Amino acid sequence: MKTVNLGLALLFAGALAGCGTTGGSKEDEVAVEDRGTVAGAVDEATTSAAGGYGDLSMKALDDPASPLSHRVIYFAYDSSEVAAQDRELLAAHAAFLAANPTVRVSVEGHTDERGSREYNVGLGDRRAQAVKRILEFQGASPGQITVVSYGEEKPVAEGHDESAWSLNRRVELVYVGR
Amino acid sequence: MKKLFLHLTGWLFFWPLLAQAALTIEITQGMEGALPIAVVPFDERNNAYQPPQNVARIIADDLRRSGRFAPVPEENLVARPVEAAQIRFRDWRTLGVENLVIGRVETVGAGRFRIQFQLFDVFRGRQLAGFSVPTTARRMRYDAHRISDIIYEKLTGQRGAFATRIAYVTVKKKGKLREHRLQVADADGYNPQTILTSSEPLMSPVWSPDGRRLAYVSFEKRRASVFVQDVASGQRQRLIAYAGINGAPAWSPDGRRLAVTLSRDGNPEIYVYTLADKKLRRITRNTAIDTEPAWSPDGRSLVFTSDRGGSPQLYRIPVQGGRAERLTFEGAYNASADFSPDGKRLALVHGAGGKYRIAVLELDSGLFRVVTDGRLDESPSFAPNGSMIIYATASGHRGVLAAVSSDGRFRQRLSLQTGDVREPVWSPFDRR
Repeated sequence: MKTVNLGLALLFAGALAGCGTTGGSKEDEVAVEDRGTVAGAVDEATTSAAGGYGDLSMKALDDPASPLSHRVIYFAYDSSEVAAQDRELLAAHAAFLAANPTVRVSVEGHTDERGSREYNVGLGDRRAQAVKRILEFQGASPGQITVVSYGEEKPVAEGHDESAWSLNRRVELVYVGR
Repeated sequence: MKKLFLHLTGWLFFWPLLAQAALTIEITQGMEGALPIAVVPFDERNNAYQPPQNVARIIADDLRRSGRFAPVPEENLVARPVEAAQIRFRDWRTLGVENLVIGRVETVGAGRFRIQFQLFDVFRGRQLAGFSVPTTARRMRYDAHRISDIIYEKLTGQRGAFATRIAYVTVKKKGKLREHRLQVADADGYNPQTILTSSEPLMSPVWSPDGRRLAYVSFEKRRASVFVQDVASGQRQRLIAYAGINGAPAWSPDGRRLAVTLSRDGNPEIYVYTLADKKLRRITRNTAIDTEPAWSPDGRSLVFTSDRGGSPQLYRIPVQGGRAERLTFEGAYNASADFSPDGKRLALVHGAGGKYRIAVLELDSGLFRVVTDGRLDESPSFAPNGSMIIYATASGHRGVLAAVSSDGRFRQRLSLQTGDVREPVWSPFDRR
């Protein structure tokens, strides 16, 4: 599991570095905050205009060089606080949604397996709502966003330790009916 | 990561399927002071058709699973009487056996049988119970459980809960997908039937008070809805499907209402839904997570989980709404309450030191006792006689079911051969 995490983190850092010159912001490592695998201080990101995210067409969703190809953010245990670097990622998605008003996204909240299942549905909802608020604040329209919480029912990592749990505490942005 | 986009390939089907892999039961913590009892193999000689079940073994296994009895192993039986005149009580006394069960199974027609049994007090040398039970090949296992209920009640004074059922959710990986099944089985794990299969999660099954229906949450079509399904016919209805969370259904004791968790007004709150007029009443109102309502057996109050005080704890609120009173103070995590049938105790999930275990809270005295020793124990559900609590636990990397006596002294594990098993709920007393 560990090597996979690291692989993903490196891949991700590479992808962001690749698009760093076109964007108006300086993104750092994203979505790895709980894992501590990537060194380096988070540069308190400067907000950018919507135009700073490069290509906002549908095909950017599949372009690994675009931040829009990254659609998962991670959370600390029992927390729904969105990390600073993830706010940047969400700003790119909000700009995309604002530029494409017919596009709809499902914001899906997830938790790790610990604790009771229905409470975890509540916690996943809280995470998804936090993401929804940021997307709306950054320009997405409420009608474009639906929220669903799966709690602990859809883990991406099957293990029973922190390396799996940190991957499962997440919100996924799922663009609908592309 | 690739499959973050919505695939409309979800699948879902439901009908009663025939027996799947059965649950096996392993006693993991024995109980001192279990009463020695001998269940002699029943006389099956007088039969035109071979009885399909070993009735005496079913009874002995039931009694052993209760934790209250220690049946003598078949190979240690000193004699095999089949009628009262053949019993030499003295021999059984020297073995230390306190009670003795004998009986016979006789054919009365094609696929029809009669079970006769007698229960004896070995020390007084007299009969405590004797019944003749008509049955069929199909019903024989169930009627054996009913005989266990009679014996258990005669000897303990408490109603038996062997002729009851459990519902639970199983999950199996199928390639990239997961197959979720809602299953119903006899309380001893036999005769499992799948009543719903889905590629999306199924959760929170709960029996209606008449034991005929299950309410549950299904994420089919990638949203949560509360369904009610008739167990025998498979007929089901999507009942509650607002935007956001539709979860944690709990039947009122009269079966007319469901308490549920909805986030339609912004964040998870408890509501009461009346089945007859489909009206909703909101019960809680704050910015915290309020969920997992459990209805008190007298129908007057709901206990629920809330993190309004900073960490998840249990609270009680009148069903008509009002002020919530906090019930748990031990540790940083107490959730998922289930009322004992007499309403005097709660089973709950207690988190401490990174471990999640089942605890029992006595409501009058406040006495709090952790009754399991797992790492990820959850979903406690009382047997309808209050004697045992069934729950989900982790065994290796799999979810399995386990049961513990409500005093924590006796534990057993029920496991399927493959896949994860979770969210067990014990049915009410059977009315078949």
